Amino acid sequence: MHGMIMVVYMLTAIFLGGFGNYLIPLMIGARDMVFPFVNMLSYWVYLLATLVLAASYFVPGGPTGAGWTLYPPQAILTGTPGHEWGIILMLSSLILFIIGFTMGGLNYVVTVLQARTRGMTLMRMPLTVWGIFTAAVMALLAFPGLFVACVMLLLDRTLGTSFFVPAIVEMGERRDYSGGSPILFQHLFWFFGHPEVYIVALPAFGMVSDLISVHARKNIFGYRMMVWAILAIGVLSMVVWGHHMYVSGMDPLFGFFFAVTTLAIAVPTAMKVYNWVVTLWRADIHFTTPMLFALGFLVTFVNGGITGLYLGNVIVDVPLSATLFVVAHFHMVMGIAPVLVIFGAIYHWFPKITGRMMDERLGKIHFWITFLGAYAIFFPMHYLGLLGVPRRFYDMNDATFVPHSAVGLNIFMTTMALFVGLSQLIFFYNVFKSLRHGASAGGNPWRAASLEWQTPETPPGHGNWGKRLPVVYRWPYGYNIPGAPDDFVPQNAPLQKGEHAT
Amino acid sequence: MAVALVMALVVVASLLFHFLSPWRPTQIESNWGFIDDTLTLTFIVTSIGFVAVILFMSYCLYRFRHQPGRRSTYEPENRRLELLLGGITTVAVIALLAPGLLVWGRFITPPGDAMEVEAVGAQWSWSFRLPGADNRFGSTDVRFIDANNALGVNPADPRGRDDLIISNGELHLPAGKPVKVLLRSIDVLHDFYVPQIRAKMDLVPGMETYFWFTPTRTGQFEILCVAYCGVGHPQMRGTLIIDSGSDYQNWLAAQQTFAHLRKAEAF
Repeated sequence: MHGMIMVVYMLTAIFLGGFGNYLIPLMIGARDMVFPFVNMLSYWVYLLATLVLAASYFVPGGPTGAGWTLYPPQAILTGTPGHEWGIILMLSSLILFIIGFTMGGLNYVVTVLQARTRGMTLMRMPLTVWGIFTAAVMALLAFPGLFVACVMLLLDRTLGTSFFVPAIVEMGERRDYSGGSPILFQHLFWFFGHPEVYIVALPAFGMVSDLISVHARKNIFGYRMMVWAILAIGVLSMVVWGHHMYVSGMDPLFGFFFAVTTLAIAVPTAMKVYNWVVTLWRADIHFTTPMLFALGFLVTFVNGGITGLYLGNVIVDVPLSATLFVVAHFHMVMGIAPVLVIFGAIYHWFPKITGRMMDERLGKIHFWITFLGAYAIFFPMHYLGLLGVPRRFYDMNDATFVPHSAVGLNIFMTTMALFVGLSQLIFFYNVFKSLRHGASAGGNPWRAASLEWQTPETPPGHGNWGKRLPVVYRWPYGYNIPGAPDDFVPQNAPLQKGEHAT
Repeated sequence: MAVALVMALVVVASLLFHFLSPWRPTQIESNWGFIDDTLTLTFIVTSIGFVAVILFMSYCLYRFRHQPGRRSTYEPENRRLELLLGGITTVAVIALLAPGLLVWGRFITPPGDAMEVEAVGAQWSWSFRLPGADNRFGSTDVRFIDANNALGVNPADPRGRDDLIISNGELHLPAGKPVKVLLRSIDVLHDFYVPQIRAKMDLVPGMETYFWFTPTRTGQFEILCVAYCGVGHPQMRGTLIIDSGSDYQNWLAAQQTFAHLRKAEAF
């Protein structure tokens, strides 16, 4: 439940559903998403999906205890909690979510392709839009894999089909299944599950690029490379799913293929990291709260990214797979890093959404506790994985290979997690306080160049742009252009004398 | 200033933790030292990257922090720098991948003279089977599983009559001989993992999987299941005991064959 809620119902929904719907029209100069009705429908179906999922806490047997991967046969057999109703509600909820997402996803893609204002070429879009757009295309390709897996597993559970379950004896009793393949489910799940990582990461990549650029008062370095890197990651991420299955019993020859594709994806990803830090070179860095969160993202993402090189390289994965090393890796890279971006993005765009600034002092306290606290939880966790401590154990019993000091480390991580979790109240307090009492923001408090900050009203009125749509003359990173009087030039400001169109 | 310092300290603290903390890989007791070598290589290469990127970032944060009158330099791209960084990364990735794939090639190719044992997982215990005097396993099927035949050995298969059935969760192996472990599950996914051996592999119902290793030292180790298999998952333990040659022969002689077990039950 925790994993599925966080990855699908929280991260995917916030990045694409939340920021996607809000930022795409504003950033490309459109009045709204192109299919407003479908958009509304998508939201209600999403809400229904979350209610169905939440309902599993109130059914006999409780929610499914199958882990977020829902691997059959375990997920639908009696040895797993929630096998009566919980698993049925989980699968139904996912099916609903994917239906809702497909409507939203089509909307993002069509809006970006069709509704850009005059002058807004594809290569003048902010990287945020590139990230969300590519993620939406990937999601439209990847979610059907999960969809069919859910439908088939639901049939195995309810009608007794045998898509994923071979002939088995459960607790001494012969079950009426035969011929199914548990590994088929894993292929379908990870065909969705791996792109899903990048469905979350690419919007985060895009937003963090924009945050760094605005608050360092400098154009993002290597914009074209950044766009190509997003596309390369998008394509490659569709052919790396097998790295979740190195020790699953699939044909070991696949290990060669998936290790090569997985490590290949490190190259465009590293290029993005280099371009973010090179953007800071000869910049004019303002340590605002959004900037701090962007920097926190860089540290946690680089840290979590390099441990991916351990797990992606098939033989190195063998001892580490299914240990706490994996848990530490993915929490760092797709838990902490994207969540830091979400916070940074909220601090950054809150003034546009509400017309008021958030409290900077509280924001900075929130940042330092969250960033350093989360790092202190997940960095040491890798070392428990190196020891060989497996994940999904609530009890190690008297395992002799684990030194007693590891217990102390476990207690430290738990305490820290509770502390960091509680400290998020600072953020919510800040949001609600600033909604009413925040300092007035004006239209463009960060002096940003991209289009969403140039709306005639703040918060943007219905239709976003008043009577006339804006016309775009340059890219969204016009900071400190030589010869310009100000340190930023909005995308919709007419070309200056002697300025080359970008 | 402070931000730059803290970010640099995060790097320093991470490195100190790595070298000073008491938690390191469990002492290896198999031939898979190569796996540990690839791990060390990965640590060296990736740590250089981590330290370089974050320290460079920290330097920029200090050097280019906002001060009155500062303006940033306008530089949209620098093709040479981007190609250089991309090239270095590609080389580093190949340096990790090439040895990794070589070792993977060995990992999936058991030596021809490896002795075979079978490990069978069921919620939530381990059983084992050895091929017996004829050195061949009898065929199996879940249809044959009953209270007296937990592993589903085919009673009609002559090759299975001398198979040794070990149902107390304790597997003995001789030190120094390569072993190919055949893996079978009769209910859900399990995974055979002994931290000291390094190797692990899933047990998948409906098919047979395998891995191999050579135990290098006598001793007693825990077998864990590391593929989540329901509420009893953490309690699914077995014991691997690596014996000297004579101890192993003694243990072997004390095990019961499938045929013997069937006869005992028939009475």
